[in-house]
Amino acid sequence: MLKYAAQRLIMMVGILIGVLIITFALSRILPGSPVELMLGHKPTPDQIEEAIKSLGLDKPIVAQFWDYLRNAALGDFGTSLMSGRPVLEEVTTRLGATFELTTLAVIFVVVLGVPLGVVSAVRQNSLIDHLSRTISIAGVALPLFMTGMILQMLFHGGLGWLPLQGRIGSEVLLDYPFATLTGLYLVDTLIAGEVGAFLSALAHITLPLLTLVIASIAVVTRITRSMMIEVLGEDYIRTARAYGYSPFAVYYKQGLKATLIPMLTVVGLTYGYMLGGSVVVEFVFDWPGLGGYVVGAISRNDFPAVMGVTLFLATVYLSVNLVVDLLYFAADPRLRTP
Amino acid sequence: MSVSNQITITRTDRALDFIKRHPLFVLGLTMVTIIVICALFAPAIAPFEPGKINFKHKLVPPGLEHYFGTDALGRDIFSRIIYGTRTSLLIGITVLAVSIAIGLPIGLVAGYYGGKVDHFLMRISDVFLAFPPLLLPIAITAALGAGLFNAMIAIAISWFPWYARIVRGAVMRVRSEQYISAAKAIGVGNLRVMLGHALPNSLTPVIVQASMDFGYTILAAASLSFIGIGAKPPAVEWGLMVAMSRSKFLDFWWTAGFPGLAIFVTVLAVNLVGDGVRDILDPRYKGHS
Repeated sequence: MLKYAAQRLIMMVGILIGVLIITFALSRILPGSPVELMLGHKPTPDQIEEAIKSLGLDKPIVAQFWDYLRNAALGDFGTSLMSGRPVLEEVTTRLGATFELTTLAVIFVVVLGVPLGVVSAVRQNSLIDHLSRTISIAGVALPLFMTGMILQMLFHGGLGWLPLQGRIGSEVLLDYPFATLTGLYLVDTLIAGEVGAFLSALAHITLPLLTLVIASIAVVTRITRSMMIEVLGEDYIRTARAYGYSPFAVYYKQGLKATLIPMLTVVGLTYGYMLGGSVVVEFVFDWPGLGGYVVGAISRNDFPAVMGVTLFLATVYLSVNLVVDLLYFAADPRLRTP
Repeated sequence: MSVSNQITITRTDRALDFIKRHPLFVLGLTMVTIIVICALFAPAIAPFEPGKINFKHKLVPPGLEHYFGTDALGRDIFSRIIYGTRTSLLIGITVLAVSIAIGLPIGLVAGYYGGKVDHFLMRISDVFLAFPPLLLPIAITAALGAGLFNAMIAIAISWFPWYARIVRGAVMRVRSEQYISAAKAIGVGNLRVMLGHALPNSLTPVIVQASMDFGYTILAAASLSFIGIGAKPPAVEWGLMVAMSRSKFLDFWWTAGFPGLAIFVTVLAVNLVGDGVRDILDPRYKGHS
């Protein structure tokens, strides 16, 4: 187990260095030099020289990359040109919002999508199966921003049930102040015992959450279905049936267990999809997380912030995949025999 | 008498049988054909110039004069959607061509030589897949500068590893076949074996993958335009049309609704064709989707 974990960890570090090479290369081909962006219009030659030195741009490119690597390893992902604060600091203040949204979305997708996939597999060509196929074909073709805007039109513009955007009502923050302990508003408001604030946070997260869930639930359902169909054809399922196990036990205990491992991969991929999709969804709903921050940073030409967040999210995604791999190992005893 | 009992299979029968077996593929193909016709004959079909500003007719609801209404600058949305088909098809073709142009040679070399070369090239591909989807194209476009062309290049760069993997797999399967050894034995050079024998075998999976990816490229490009780093005015692109109507779509639904519908219908059509191509060329997948 340890050896396997170590192998995976080394591989991840290798890929991470590759990721760093890409973000480093990207930040070197930026339009206009970082110096120009930092100093604004018409700096004096002295100012330029000083800025080049302070940014280390006078060093050879390999030395520059080495600095970049060392800084990243120490948690320095660059400095935002706009705020002058370290990118990591900006990331941590917004991480909670993105984590809350994407993780809840993944949980919903798995909890709803997997049983739906099992039902579609067991009752092939039933109404539910056809419905889930239709939804998956349609869902994949709908751009995320459109799903979000349609929901806004329905539930805000049409029915007026839910807020248009944001994470919590601004008046709520004044009426029910609560401490941000975890950075997850749904948790923090409950800890503080402010029901009003909790409900406001819940109302705000519903539509962005729904957008992400709609976009990926069909994919999870279809993958579960095709894996389940394969498993249901196995001999041990027939044996279990012959022994008189109830259908529920056969499908959910025997059948689903066999799909657990590929399912883990699906969860990892879905999480990655959510992180990428959060950029668009957070922009649509003005959600104060990392995705919306990236879009804002691009429009302000704040490239160190863009590259810093990109690097950070890639690291998160790689870590999720590492965890998935290790869970693989824990879930499948066959992998443990050398 | 015997004539009436004879079973003859006419062309019509075959066509009907094909439609019966692949109804969604035929539906998708019909939709794609209409879209291509719109793109080719846009000036004849569109009643207005796509860029013509008319402040007297701004934000007109859908009606007989403006089928899909007009936007905040009084431009006819129906005409802009017709012209937008050109942009979308251009995006799909360009992104896939660039992706394949990068991925195919890498996969060919990796699969053909195997060993360290393969390992090295595949690890490079892995790095590009380490980013959450959509994030790498966004970062690359931000670095290259906003614009439709840069966005297309960025999507292609982030997508080539899939083609490298597919070609590599296909080449590896045929690498140990006797005709490859025979070709090598009679002194055919590596390059000729690769191009003449290994490459043709990898074309089917590449075509299948490309037909399934076409819709993705349109969605990705629309998303980049939507967040402001893809197509720029005066380009006529559906994602950009939705983005520009963002501040008023709650009161004037058609300004965002119809461009969004256009993206949906187009991606749906090419996806149906893609699934059909996969089922027909690669029957292993039949019924799995």
